[in-house]
Parts: sequence; C-alpha cells; structure tokens
Amino acid sequence: MSFLAQATIPAPDIDFLGVGPEIALVVAALVVILAKAILRKRGPVNQISLWVSIIGVGAAGALLGFQWNDVRDNGPLTTIVGSVRVDLFGVFLGVVVVAATAMALFLAASYLERENLEAPEYYALMLLSAAGMVAMTTANDLIVVFVALEVLSIPLYVLAAFDRRRLSSQESGIKYFVLGAFSSAVLLYGVALVYGATGTTSITGISDFLAQNTLFEQGTLLAGLALLLVGIGFKVSAVPFHMWTPDVYQGAPTPVTAFMASATKAAGFAALLRLLGVAFPLYRNDWRPVLAALAALSLVVGSVAAVVQTDVKRILAYSSIAHAGYILMGIQADTARGRQSALLYLLVYAFMTVGAFAVITVATRKGDDHHSLDDYRGLALRRPVVGGLLAFFVLAQAGVPLTGGFVVKLEIFSSAVDAGEYGLATIGVLAAVVAAFFYLRISVALFTKPDGEEAAAPAADDEATEDRKVDSWTAIVLTVAVAAVLFAGILPGTWLTFAGDATFF
Amino acid sequence: MIALEITGSYYLILAALLFTIGAVGLLVRRNVLVMFMCVELMLNAVNLTFVTFAKMLDDVTGQVLVFFTLAVAAAEVAVGLAIIVAIFRRRSGATADDLDVLKG
Repeated sequence: MSFLAQATIPAPDIDFLGVGPEIALVVAALVVILAKAILRKRGPVNQISLWVSIIGVGAAGALLGFQWNDVRDNGPLTTIVGSVRVDLFGVFLGVVVVAATAMALFLAASYLERENLEAPEYYALMLLSAAGMVAMTTANDLIVVFVALEVLSIPLYVLAAFDRRRLSSQESGIKYFVLGAFSSAVLLYGVALVYGATGTTSITGISDFLAQNTLFEQGTLLAGLALLLVGIGFKVSAVPFHMWTPDVYQGAPTPVTAFMASATKAAGFAALLRLLGVAFPLYRNDWRPVLAALAALSLVVGSVAAVVQTDVKRILAYSSIAHAGYILMGIQADTARGRQSALLYLLVYAFMTVGAFAVITVATRKGDDHHSLDDYRGLALRRPVVGGLLAFFVLAQAGVPLTGGFVVKLEIFSSAVDAGEYGLATIGVLAAVVAAFFYLRISVALFTKPDGEEAAAPAADDEATEDRKVDSWTAIVLTVAVAAVLFAGILPGTWLTFAGDATFF
Repeated sequence: MIALEITGSYYLILAALLFTIGAVGLLVRRNVLVMFMCVELMLNAVNLTFVTFAKMLDDVTGQVLVFFTLAVAAAEVAVGLAIIVAIFRRRSGATADDLDVLKG
C-alpha cells in the first residue's frame, strides 16, 4: 500500500495555449447546455445561450491570435505527447474556421427565432462541431484526426436534421449521417493500415519513419494512404465522393449549410494538407496524380452538373464541389505557392459562401423550402439590396475582377502553371467558363421580371415576404462578408502575406 | 490432423473481408437499420486490424486506439439511432427508398 501511494503517475505536459481555442469552444457549449437545463424559461435562455456562444467564439478567436503571435516568435508548439502541433498553418485555418463559425452563429440567431427552433441545443452543437474543426487543423496524430473528424461530424448530422418538421431537413440529416459514417470508417481503416505499415500514428512520426527506412513492401502503406484520401475526400466533397453534398446542402437549414460549406471544408483540407505535406512528402509521385484526377473530376462534375439544376441552394452545392476542385489544384502543385493559394482560397471562399447563404436565409418566404430559381426571379427588382448582394456574392464566386474570387482563382491558376500542370490549369479555366454560365443564370434571374401569372403570387404573400426583413444579425454578417470579399479583391497584398506565412508546417 | 498455423495475415484478411462485407452491404441494402449495422461491421473490422497489427508489431498503441474507436462508435450509434427514430416515427418502414424529397 505504501509502495503504491508513493508511485507517481507521470502526466503528460499540456501547454494549454496549444488547445486554448478548443477549450474555449467546448466550455461555451457546456455552459449553454447547463443554462438550458437550469433555466427553463425559453426567452431568456435563448438570449443567454446566444451571448455565451458569441463570447466562446470570440475567446477562441482571441486565443488563436495569441497562438499566431507566439508561434511566429517562438516556433511551432507541440503538446500532449506530440499529438497536437500548433504552427502558423494550423492557426491560419483555425482562424478561417472560427470566422466562419462566428458568421454562421449570427445567421442562426435570427433564423432560429423565425423558424421557431430550439436555440440552445443548436448553439451547443455548433460550438462542439467548431471545436472538432479547430482540433483538426492542429492534429498531429492520425487518431486525433479521426477523433476530431467525428467530433465535427456528429453534431453536424444532428444540425442537418435539426428542423424536424421539415421532411427535406430530416432526409438531409439521415443521408449525411449514413455517408458520413461510411467515410469515417474508411478513413479509420486507412489509419489502421498506415499504422500497420509504419508502426506509428503520429504524422511527424510517420514522416521520420519513412525518411529512415525503406519499406520492403509498400502495398499496405499505399492502400492506407488511398483510404485516407477517400475518407477526407468525402468530407471536402471532392468528386467522386460528392454524392451527399447537393442533397445535404439543399435540405439542411440554411445557416447550417453555410457553416458546413465554409468551416468543414477548411478543416478537411487542413487534415489533407498536413497529411500529404508532413507525413507523405516522399510519396508525392504517388499522390500527386491522384489529387490531379480528383481536382479535374471535381471541377468538371461540379461545374457541369450545376448548369442543369433549378434550386439555388443546390446550384451553390455543386459550385462548392467545383471550388473544392480549385483548392485541390493548389494542393496538388505541392509547392509553397500552391499551398499559399489553397489557404487563401479557403479564407476568401468562406466569406463568399457564407455571404451567399446569408442572403438566402432572408431572401424567400418562410419555411426554408422555397429556393428554386423561380422563387428568386425578380428578387433584385423587388428588393434591390438583397438581390444585389446575392448577385454580388454569386459573381464573386464566379471570379469577377475586383472581388476576392478573382484573386484567388488567379493565384490557383498561376501556382498550377508554375508547377507545370498545364493540362489541369486548362481544365480549371474551362470549368470556370462553364461555371460562369450558371452563376450568371442566377444573376439574370434576379434581375428579370417574373411572368405575368407568377407576378401575382409574391403580392399575395406580401406578409410572408415582410417577415424576411434583413435583421441586424444578418446585416452584420453581410457587411463583414462584402467588406472581406471586396478587400481581398482590391488589396490582396495583406491577405497574401498572411497566407504566405502560413504555408510552412 | 492438420496442424494449422494461424498467422497475423489470417486476421488481416478476415478483417478486410468483414470491412468489404460492411461496405458493400451499406451500398446495396435499402433498410436504414441494416445500413447502420453495416457501418458497425466496418468499424469492428478496423478494430480487428488495429489489434492484429498491435500484436504483430509488438506495440500497445494499436490496442489503445481500439478504445478510441469504440467510444466514437458508441457516440455515433446514439446520434444515428436518434435521427432514425425522429425520421421514421411517422413513416411505416425504415427504407432508404422513402427518402426521395431531395434529388436532382
């Protein structure tokens, strides 16, 4: 007994700054859940949970700022037995995730009240999901990647199905759940095979092992790498792993779609970049062609399939697949410039896509089920500001000059050309031309008068349309998004340096 | 009597087979609960792989990772069943073919 009492249990050193943002988000989520359990009055609980969530996200953002300064001055920070590695790359994408979370939170604030949904649960789930995403950006161990992936996905399954009264929301929830669970299992099998081949799951450990040893047979490792790519491919919705994207984006409540489109992509690409850049740089001749194929397929399928869609949310879902293709193009170049352009794309894309979905939350009638192009016809004539903003975000995504969308596309194309990928760059340009067609289709629909018989319909629904005044929360999101997209388009210098600093692991 | 020596690769092949059965089952079966069980089969196949590699490499990490998988799978089960119950409460059977509102 006395022997046991004296035996010490060595605890790993934890640098709490390294996991600060995650802690802030999780604590805020727990406080929200507790507030809901203790205070039972609906009105005050909604207000309290909203403010707690805002404070949590703000604290996470501030901690990321500290991390950025600390890492820039003292070098990367490795903690929790090497499973978390905070470097400028991770912090940059953490900032993207937290910015997207903050905007999606603001969108939800008014949306939930309008649609009469339970607010505290929604905020708590969103914060937990964001914590998983931030953890993913700094994960330095494959098992942390897997756990972070699940922590970000499981709340998202619930969020997608959050509007239980709406059939399409339920359906998007179950579809996302089944395919998400499938992709996680595939990713995990990849982790197992890589572990079997290298004897470690640490990303830097794998890199060290491969640098010092020559594998007798490479089949297990390459199969593991392929399965990891499939698993992450699902999360970032790269073709051919994109089947869930249109259905889920269309059916999920619009603020959730905005959150999924922007933040989940950033987290997924963070894992992909770190995995390929740190663990498997020696296998670049094996993964580069695969990524090139994924990029080309995503560009072609995303752009072409969007042309024949009639639902605006669905069109934006396909366009997000095409955007994933551009980002993959930057990653497959496997140069500092390529990574820089991919990072910048993720940042600007977050603002463009959240902005577009922000307009959609206020554009149409109550119910979140009326998003066909016909519902949007003449919107800009009826409500110039709202319609004009949607046109702006859509054209920014198309890559019109003076918007951030143009700068990031240009960066991606030049990095691909620098890397000698002329074929892929050509496919990218052609896809951008096809994509311009459906982006213009939305914009034209916004500015054309509806046909005679349909013109009567909006008038009859005047009251329902009246509900959708742009409230102050949405207005803040729209202002920030417009400012960010314009700023990135007109003065890209600061953003480029910021992303350039973050290209090294 | 044939003396059969069971090596690690037997377990790896068994795990690969289980994983494939799970993956194919998920894609071809229409009942959501069966699809759900297929996911569990896939995860457990991975667990078997982890344990086998841990034994072959004489490294305890692989066995520890199984606990992570188990915990995550349990969370997934809870959420997945909740979604299924919420959706199929007002429908007669739990088939994926009924989920046809979203398409295009």
